[in-house]
Amino acid sequence: MNSFPLLTLIIFIPWLGALLLAQMSRAHPKIIRGLALLFSLSTLALGLVAWANFTPAAAGYQFVEQHRWISFLNVSYHFGLDGMSLLLVLLTGLVAPAALLASWKIERDTRLFSLLLLFLQGSALGVFLALDFFPWFIFWELSLVPAFFLIKLWGGPGASRAAYQFVIYTIGGSVFMLLAFAAIFAAVGTFDFVELAVLAQNGGLATKMSGPALTAIFLGVLLGLAVKVPLFPFHTWLPSAYAEAPTGASMFLTGIMSKMGVYGFFRILWPLFPAQLHAAAPVLIGLALGGVVLGAFAAMAQTDLKRMVAYSSINHVSYCLLALFAVSSCGSEPARDSVVPALSGALLQMFNHGLSASALFFGIGVLEVRSGGKRGLNDFGGVRTAAPVFAGLCGLAMFSSLGLPGLNGFVGEFLVFRGVFGLAPWAAAIGCLGLFATAWFLLTFWQRVFHGPVGPGVAGFKDLSGLEIATLAPGIALMFVLGVWPQLLVGLFNPLVTAWSGHLP
Amino acid sequence: MTLPVQYLWLIPALPLLAAGIGALTPRNGRNLAAGSAILAMAVAFVLSCFALNGALQAPATHAVYNFAWFDLGHDALRLGLLLDPLTAFMCVMVTFVGLLIFIFSLDYMKEDPNYSRFFCFMSLFAAAMLGLLVANSLLLLFICWELVGLASYLLIGFWFHKPSAAAAAKKAFITTRIGDLGLLLGMLWLYDSSGSLLFYDGGHGVLEAANLASLTGQTLSCGLAVSTAIGLLIFCGAAGKSGQFPLHVWLPDAMEGPTPVSALIHAATMVAAGVFLVARAYPLMSADTLIATAPVHALTVVAFIGALTALLGALIACGQTDIKRVLAFSTVSQLGYMMLALGVGSWTAAIFHLLTHAFFKALLFLGAGSVIHAAHHEQDIRSLGGLRPRMKITFATFAIGMMALSGVPFLFSGFWSKEAILHAAHEWNVSPLPLYAGLTAVVLTAFYMTRLVAETFFGQARSPAAEHAHENHAVMTGPLVLLAVGAVLLGFLGTPACPWLQARLSGTELHSSMSQLFASGGLLLLSIGLVGAGLVTGWWLYGRKLRQTAEHRDPLAVASPAVMAALASRLGFDELYAATVGRLNSLTAALANGLDRWVIGGLVNFLGQFGVFSGTLSRETAESTLNHGFDQVSASIRGSGQRYSRAQTGEAHGYLRVIAMAFIVLVLLLVLGGSR
Repeated sequence: MNSFPLLTLIIFIPWLGALLLAQMSRAHPKIIRGLALLFSLSTLALGLVAWANFTPAAAGYQFVEQHRWISFLNVSYHFGLDGMSLLLVLLTGLVAPAALLASWKIERDTRLFSLLLLFLQGSALGVFLALDFFPWFIFWELSLVPAFFLIKLWGGPGASRAAYQFVIYTIGGSVFMLLAFAAIFAAVGTFDFVELAVLAQNGGLATKMSGPALTAIFLGVLLGLAVKVPLFPFHTWLPSAYAEAPTGASMFLTGIMSKMGVYGFFRILWPLFPAQLHAAAPVLIGLALGGVVLGAFAAMAQTDLKRMVAYSSINHVSYCLLALFAVSSCGSEPARDSVVPALSGALLQMFNHGLSASALFFGIGVLEVRSGGKRGLNDFGGVRTAAPVFAGLCGLAMFSSLGLPGLNGFVGEFLVFRGVFGLAPWAAAIGCLGLFATAWFLLTFWQRVFHGPVGPGVAGFKDLSGLEIATLAPGIALMFVLGVWPQLLVGLFNPLVTAWSGHLP
Repeated sequence: MTLPVQYLWLIPALPLLAAGIGALTPRNGRNLAAGSAILAMAVAFVLSCFALNGALQAPATHAVYNFAWFDLGHDALRLGLLLDPLTAFMCVMVTFVGLLIFIFSLDYMKEDPNYSRFFCFMSLFAAAMLGLLVANSLLLLFICWELVGLASYLLIGFWFHKPSAAAAAKKAFITTRIGDLGLLLGMLWLYDSSGSLLFYDGGHGVLEAANLASLTGQTLSCGLAVSTAIGLLIFCGAAGKSGQFPLHVWLPDAMEGPTPVSALIHAATMVAAGVFLVARAYPLMSADTLIATAPVHALTVVAFIGALTALLGALIACGQTDIKRVLAFSTVSQLGYMMLALGVGSWTAAIFHLLTHAFFKALLFLGAGSVIHAAHHEQDIRSLGGLRPRMKITFATFAIGMMALSGVPFLFSGFWSKEAILHAAHEWNVSPLPLYAGLTAVVLTAFYMTRLVAETFFGQARSPAAEHAHENHAVMTGPLVLLAVGAVLLGFLGTPACPWLQARLSGTELHSSMSQLFASGGLLLLSIGLVGAGLVTGWWLYGRKLRQTAEHRDPLAVASPAVMAALASRLGFDELYAATVGRLNSLTAALANGLDRWVIGGLVNFLGQFGVFSGTLSRETAESTLNHGFDQVSASIRGSGQRYSRAQTGEAHGYLRVIAMAFIVLVLLLVLGGSR
């Protein structure tokens, strides 16, 4: 590989931007915003550079950077990118600038807000690219700091409590993960994901550690990841955190941070603990189904629109995990025809949910701004009459989230269901309830807010400004493109997924 | 001229382009939106005729063009286009009827502020519907299937400021989605067990012999063949879309949309998509009929559901007073006939009836639209009346549609296609019940249509709106006349004497002879008698002594108030669903929410409290200390521009910051070092 440190640049340019902003205490907010957006967009630009130089057929890690870092811990500065990481880097490149644009009108402490968002962006990118547990975990934990302050300082009335719950719950999970990796290190002497995966495959981990110890370690890692995603029933921090966060942060949390957990499942838990995951799969399928079904039905019961979308996020992200657990549930003779669709679907679903959920949060943010902070299901009515462009774009995001064919959401969900049906038919059948409930509550949302006679206070609603259209339009356009031409993304990871399905235990 | 199968995508692509143009034109670009929609439809009609011409040259073959959509493992997920007489006839019908309805809408919708949006949505619908017809893949069909559902949703809710329209749109989408989940599961199952979703693929398609043999060969623990289970799941989708019992409740409410929408989507084309789907998948649906030991055959279920729907729809139609709702329940009933035909084994009769029904029902709806337009949106037949002298063309064409629907013998298309269905039901050896249901519905159909015509057009005008009604422009009456011509002539394509349409559809030899006309003489005479009975009863009750005022009680209500009340309230299905499905749904939602907030949330809180206790601190002091600490940190971060390098000893987050800084510096060093 060439020695150009592309991945390092991808991760640290947002942090450099954050550092720069920290120095500019006297700059005009406009300059601050412009600079922040520029740094934020660097991810998209460099992600596209990576895409242009990426060889999908190679299926392994590319642009690898590996340097010795802390010798006595055998920690290395190890970064690499494969189809899955690239997908998430691109998603971050899309969502993070949109989150900044969505926060354009924040007047209070623009600098700190932008700084924290850039900091968060860099941390997330680090998680998606690090191949050594040590740096990976640092990024993982550091992402909590900006997220905490974004929620606490710019959030709604219950923000303080929500932020605490979010951080303490997540750190609580991470502690177990840290302990688990400490134990692994003690046994095999490496933190490197690639080496560990090889050890897991050739039985090196199992020979170095007793079965119960390995199970305990697995549970520790599982807990850390499950809280982050979140997997039912570790999700209770999510609705209030997403609901209380400011719009831009909600967009980032749902678009990117929820993917960090899913990514961890694919990058760490599955390759390192295939046997344990296989053993736990029946239970985990049940939990993922709990997220799918209860998440959707709980969303139906919400009257706070942000909480509704938050619950719908639990439902959508659970599809990714459902697919992974179904794949790991099949034993020594995997139904390979179903494995590839399940995994491809899960990866697509990550990307698609990032687009659609962040667009929906933005839409609700627009409603909040227009109505002076209202976001109740019954606070509006007839918004489509007052703001047709807004209604149209928001409607597209809604139908994308609902899984309407022709838009992106359908392809991922169809593949997930296709795969899960082949591996665990009953899980697919029960999961359909989630699809049904999702249609129900999203259309109810649409009916109450956008249709009907123009509600009190809605008549004066302005339609979207140019800035707001610019925030929303790229994602909406992609929803169309990916709905019709999913090959654009599938081409990036299909060889990788094919390779995964060939290495199944 | 013929249209090769690889160019078949042009037929749906043209209306899609028009929809795109319509979506992007501003509100004042009315002519651009309408013009492009009509032009696209006209060209699509011509292309469909070319395609039909080609398909008729080799009616027994399925010309396909398959292509990869995206990579999937070592293989790819493939979609395809299919051209056979079934596709071609349907395309010609949809584009022709669609074109006439578009033209009709020019005038009907001309005062609507969202005129261009209307043509955009209509074109979107046409594109999706045509895509559904040309699909050679159940997946592509499903994609278009959902998109016609979207277009239907958008158009039912076209006047979305009306709460009833908004509610009806949602109801239509949700109800059909219940069926669609069955279709989705059927599709997943089919994909899983066949490894493909292409209908025809050179011997590897799901509708081809090798695959069907393997599907019928596998048996589930309940004794059903896999093909039966898949067939029934697919039928769930068809039942939802085609308004079959018990999923018929959305269709009457869909009349909230503008009348051209009701004519095109909820009468002629989209609701027939379920019938088309079953006809398309007929080899799969009927694969299990050879298994004598099977507990139930997929088609048997189809036949009984169809028969029940035909009967219920016709019954409820007798008690409706809104001109469009009468027609809506009539559509439900007629779709039941088509399903019945599919179920008893004659898919060609079903398609024959689908095509004739498309013409005469579109005619009836546009006629109703013409009435509604002239009578200033008065839809209640009790308040109409006396329109015959005022709207001569509308009356004449409506009467032709009414006679076609009622099955008035020999001259009208509905007679021949309904005859074909009853004939097939007669020959079905599983049960005579569908035939009886079909025959009963024949009487009812003639009855309620006579009532509708008598109340609407005869007697005296019973409201100022009806008094001031006058005939519409040629833009509206022209399509009526053309559809009326079709409603008469189309029947002669498939008379028993010369069943050209059926032979071309199934790709078999055409056997024509006059003697076949009366081969089933008894049944023919019986059904003619039943039509007569329906007409006479209808006229006896409603025509003999015409209604004087709008408040006058309905003769049927006088005769039996309880029956009339039950029919008027649609036999209570909506209330039943609200009390069961609706309530169950809210209950589940409340339960899920409660579980989340109190049980799991409570547990988490309890653990949290426990943690605080074990720290030997009361919750209050912990909160305040922590809060205080965090506030300090935030304050310090706010002013950190000058002070960021000064580590705040004793502060966890200060440490974190230092670590972060150190990490960045370290990485920069490494980068500089590494890139040398």
